[in-house]
Amino acid sequence: MTAALLIRSAGPGVSIQDTGRPDMAHIGLSRGGAADPLALHEAAALLGLRAPSAAIEMAGMGGTFEVDAPMRIALTGAPMRARIDQRDIRWNASHLLEPGQRLTIGAAEGGTYGYLTPAGGIATTPLLGSRSAHLTAGLGALLKDGDRLPLGADPAPEAPAMGLIPEARFTGGTIRFIEGPQTGLFSPETLARFEETEFTRSATANRQGVRLETEAPPFAAEVTSGLSSDFILEGDLQMTGDGQPYVLLAECQTIGGYPRIGTVIGPDLARVAQAPLGAQLRFQRIGIEEADRLAATYAARLKTLRRAAKPLVRDPASIPDLLAYTLISGVTAGRELEE
Amino acid sequence: MFDDANAPTRPPAEILPLGRDGWLVRFALTAAPWATAAAQVLNDRAQADPPEGVLRVMPSLTSVLFRYDPEATDRIALRARIARLLEGHDWREARPEPAARVWHIPVAFGGAHGPDLAEVSQLSGLTAETVIRTIAETPLRVLAIGFAPGQPYLGLLPQALDLPRMSAINPQVPRGAIALAVRQLALFPNPSPTGWRQVGRCAFRAFRPEAETPVPLRAGDELRLVPVSGAQMDSLLAANDPEGGARCEIRS
Repeated sequence: MTAALLIRSAGPGVSIQDTGRPDMAHIGLSRGGAADPLALHEAAALLGLRAPSAAIEMAGMGGTFEVDAPMRIALTGAPMRARIDQRDIRWNASHLLEPGQRLTIGAAEGGTYGYLTPAGGIATTPLLGSRSAHLTAGLGALLKDGDRLPLGADPAPEAPAMGLIPEARFTGGTIRFIEGPQTGLFSPETLARFEETEFTRSATANRQGVRLETEAPPFAAEVTSGLSSDFILEGDLQMTGDGQPYVLLAECQTIGGYPRIGTVIGPDLARVAQAPLGAQLRFQRIGIEEADRLAATYAARLKTLRRAAKPLVRDPASIPDLLAYTLISGVTAGRELEE
Repeated sequence: MFDDANAPTRPPAEILPLGRDGWLVRFALTAAPWATAAAQVLNDRAQADPPEGVLRVMPSLTSVLFRYDPEATDRIALRARIARLLEGHDWREARPEPAARVWHIPVAFGGAHGPDLAEVSQLSGLTAETVIRTIAETPLRVLAIGFAPGQPYLGLLPQALDLPRMSAINPQVPRGAIALAVRQLALFPNPSPTGWRQVGRCAFRAFRPEAETPVPLRAGDELRLVPVSGAQMDSLLAANDPEGGARCEIRS
């Protein structure tokens, strides 16, 4: 049995995203996929899925959705105000959505990218190994009002609603990076000043990259003229010709000519993608061995994320002190998640 | 310790970390002819016999990227295997093999199809006609595929066309745009922002996501850009054929 998700209305940046196309750089295609892949893993944990599946990614603003068969959904990533009909529902949780009910997701209350994951999976036809829209590559398109997406059947619609406490990543903060092939093109003074500078996430931001604003002078490389184009990666800290920094994200190019100060480590990249307009960001360089250790720890943690999901015993909207409760345990869990 | 690890490799190649799962062998920072030749030769050799643990080898203009599975392969040990690949060759004298495939691709230069040709002419001190003839007469090689899917970097053009990128980004060139910077041309498979100057346009589609071969060009292919009039290009674009009048000649 199959089902469908009907999009009654969609915000301006709503698209299907999975873990993307990680091995297509040789044909010039960047990974793409979810701007915050951790949100897909959290959704899989909430829904009891073995691996992350395709989700509806919502940049800044959600939409209204219906299903034509009972379907659990998970809501992860940037917290957004959500209701099923008139009932407020919890973010970072799974819920059962029944035919005839309407799921309404509003504006992000923190962070940038929210995710709606149906338990049955989105059954659109994969292209080059993924269902993700990759707009800069011309693959797929933004979702619009009236779209109808095929879904697989929910394997366990009767499973209890679950909740989890997410890793804190929606307010900017300190971002760790490693050296890259072009770090040596910047003077030690410029590198030191880069680490000392507090940046603000600019309004110029999309799935390709985020511009960083500062009052500080530009961070120009010592050699820029005639520099050959070379491989670039998501996470790269790129300085345009005028020395203004960008952090490249999932839909970046694969080769570029602007110099890069380094590469943000994978575990911290979602924090850049999710930083809302005006959030403060600082950058701290770490050694490559340390980055490798952090990446291994992060990969291991993703495999055990399922244990972080706990049943929601009562309708959270009816428990007035739940918010305070989760915030307190969130502090503890957040630290556990860091290391 | 990465500085120490550089010791086994004598210049001119540097072995540099790129992200979580890559080693980049870089011959030069600028697109010097010997360095692009060295990158082509190293890519051919590494493709034929990749070091243990390497999942992908891909060339850029002056570098070759080796990607590996970081959960299965030790970063430092792989670096040593890549260093061994570089030993015993005079990379400054590397000569790529002749191309096995030669593409002939119609291109309209100047006018609406190449709005920046006049600026290229002005900056290079060559007449527009000379710029077009120089491009058409150069046997271009696909040095790399990247930036956007299917997009070839073509080179090298003669020294006279060694122009820097623009300092401001052009927000959008159309699909098929041919743009020039630093002795190279790029062919844009999709509308794109760029810091390069658009001198022409073709109707050849370098990225066909639904096709059996989504990217028809391969690193190492030779390209000949064949000048056609703006009106001819309008007809080729209107025909909406992904080949865009291009012809692929197989040499054996």
